[in-house]
Amino acid sequence: MTATDDRTYRSGPNPFHAVMLAGTVPLFLGATLCDYAYSTSYHVQWATFASWLNIGGLIFAGFALLCAVIGFFRSSHRGAVNMIYPALLLLTWVLGFVNSLVHARDVWAMMPAGFALSIVVALLAGTAAWVGFSRLGAGGKP
Amino acid sequence: MKLSPFYVAPLSLLLLASGASAQQSQQYGPDPTLPEPQRGLLPDMTIPEPAEWGDETPTVPDGYTITAIATDLQIPRQTLVLPNGDILVAEGSGGNAPKLKPKDFIAGYIKSQGTTSVESGNRLTLLRDENGDGNYEQSVFAEDLNAPYGLALVDNNLYVANQDAVVRFDYEEGQTEASGPPEELTKLPAEINHHWTKAMTASADGEFLYVGIGSNSNITERGMAAEVNRAEVWEIDAETGLHRPYATGLRNPTALTIQPDTDQLWAVVNERDELGPDLVPDYLTTVQEGGFYGWPYSYWGQHVDPRVRPQDPDKVESAISPDYGLGSHVAPLGLAFSIPEMGDEFAEGVFIGEHGSWNRNDPVGYKVVFVPFSNGEPDGEPIDFVTGFLTDDSRTRGRPVGVTIDPDGALIIADDLTNAVWRVTYDGND
Repeated sequence: MTATDDRTYRSGPNPFHAVMLAGTVPLFLGATLCDYAYSTSYHVQWATFASWLNIGGLIFAGFALLCAVIGFFRSSHRGAVNMIYPALLLLTWVLGFVNSLVHARDVWAMMPAGFALSIVVALLAGTAAWVGFSRLGAGGKP
Repeated sequence: MKLSPFYVAPLSLLLLASGASAQQSQQYGPDPTLPEPQRGLLPDMTIPEPAEWGDETPTVPDGYTITAIATDLQIPRQTLVLPNGDILVAEGSGGNAPKLKPKDFIAGYIKSQGTTSVESGNRLTLLRDENGDGNYEQSVFAEDLNAPYGLALVDNNLYVANQDAVVRFDYEEGQTEASGPPEELTKLPAEINHHWTKAMTASADGEFLYVGIGSNSNITERGMAAEVNRAEVWEIDAETGLHRPYATGLRNPTALTIQPDTDQLWAVVNERDELGPDLVPDYLTTVQEGGFYGWPYSYWGQHVDPRVRPQDPDKVESAISPDYGLGSHVAPLGLAFSIPEMGDEFAEGVFIGEHGSWNRNDPVGYKVVFVPFSNGEPDGEPIDFVTGFLTDDSRTRGRPVGVTIDPDGALIIADDLTNAVWRVTYDGND
């Protein structure tokens, strides 16, 4: 009998990748909650907070995306299914960037598009993190 | 600045999408055409890059001559012609507005490309033409002021509107230097000072000073609390400093003056940005006592600004339409009534210094225009009086600010990019 090592993927993203990926969720979620607070209170400071939280989310998501793309090309599994995680992050980042431009509009001009985009981006970031911390995101089989 | 391809590509798309209405001619006069508000993903931004004059000077109509009577100033803004013909120049730059959103860092950098790099002078310079040959000597009249802008002389009192207070100097005719530090007449709203320029003029009888206090934001994005006592014209008792709002809802009243004969107060006002290339027209208007001119809730009378929450239908209802549109984004910063000595064509009306646009792909302003009057009211389209600040390749050699009439028959123009004062004379008088 021969002992085999079938561990062809890492047990999870490396720590840097993990921190970046995990950070996207509270940042984009925070932006969404601030947008909600602005939409109900009209206090513009909430919109300012949302703008910065969204920028923070973009920075974290950007690094996570970089790690994901590198991970994809270094992995032995490069099927379409392995592209789901980087693709989710890419979509999160692109919509998050569009959202930052929408948030740059003065006061209520960012509404309702800004709030709607924040919700979508937060959901995408949550999904990307979920997938990213699964075997799939770590370069393994589904 | 030349925008990088990174900006130009999306901006061009927005331009195409918006139909690129470069036509501003419909925006002059009492009833300007107001398109629907629009704002793409990126605001339109074109900042003409500064250029040198070389041997050239601004362009003036035939029969007029323009010369630079002072150079190497420290951001000249407004001027005052004293009874003996001396000219006082207020120099400086104010404002203390923190950057709020990520965009403020980017937009602030881009806009700074179109302004001078000279430090704020915070002083008054005196220009004197000793022998009447048109050559002026420069000397410092007063220093250590705080972004002085508005200037007014009432008898022996020289009033200066700093960005945070109106101060008073004793003045004797012929004086070339202030006899001491000024005394404060009254403080002015100065928190944040997003719009810091405090325009000022004195009533015809010298009893009151009128001071323009600009809004603390483009459109309330610093919160409503920051707008207390802002976007107003104050009437200040010249003796006691007691004051009250004289008119409200004027977003940024950047120049005030009294009309000869009628003693009526007039203002030019810079309206809001980021509603498209042809919104909202900056305007010239009489300032009605107790009048509300719309900001922030509405523009040009009852046109509601959808960006302001909570809205205020009652205030919108009460808003006055201004008298005369000057075109959107031209940024009028100077206003002076003409006199017959300026020549027949320009005898009756006002000169307006236009600092020039940023929130528009096709730059506008960057010139001094003349709005003809008849029977004491604006009548007809603005006529270009001094141009050539903007070059054919969309670079800017100067940006006009304050304009003042010299009773001898000359127009004095402060230029805060060239850091010079220009004097336009009518040759027909010779």
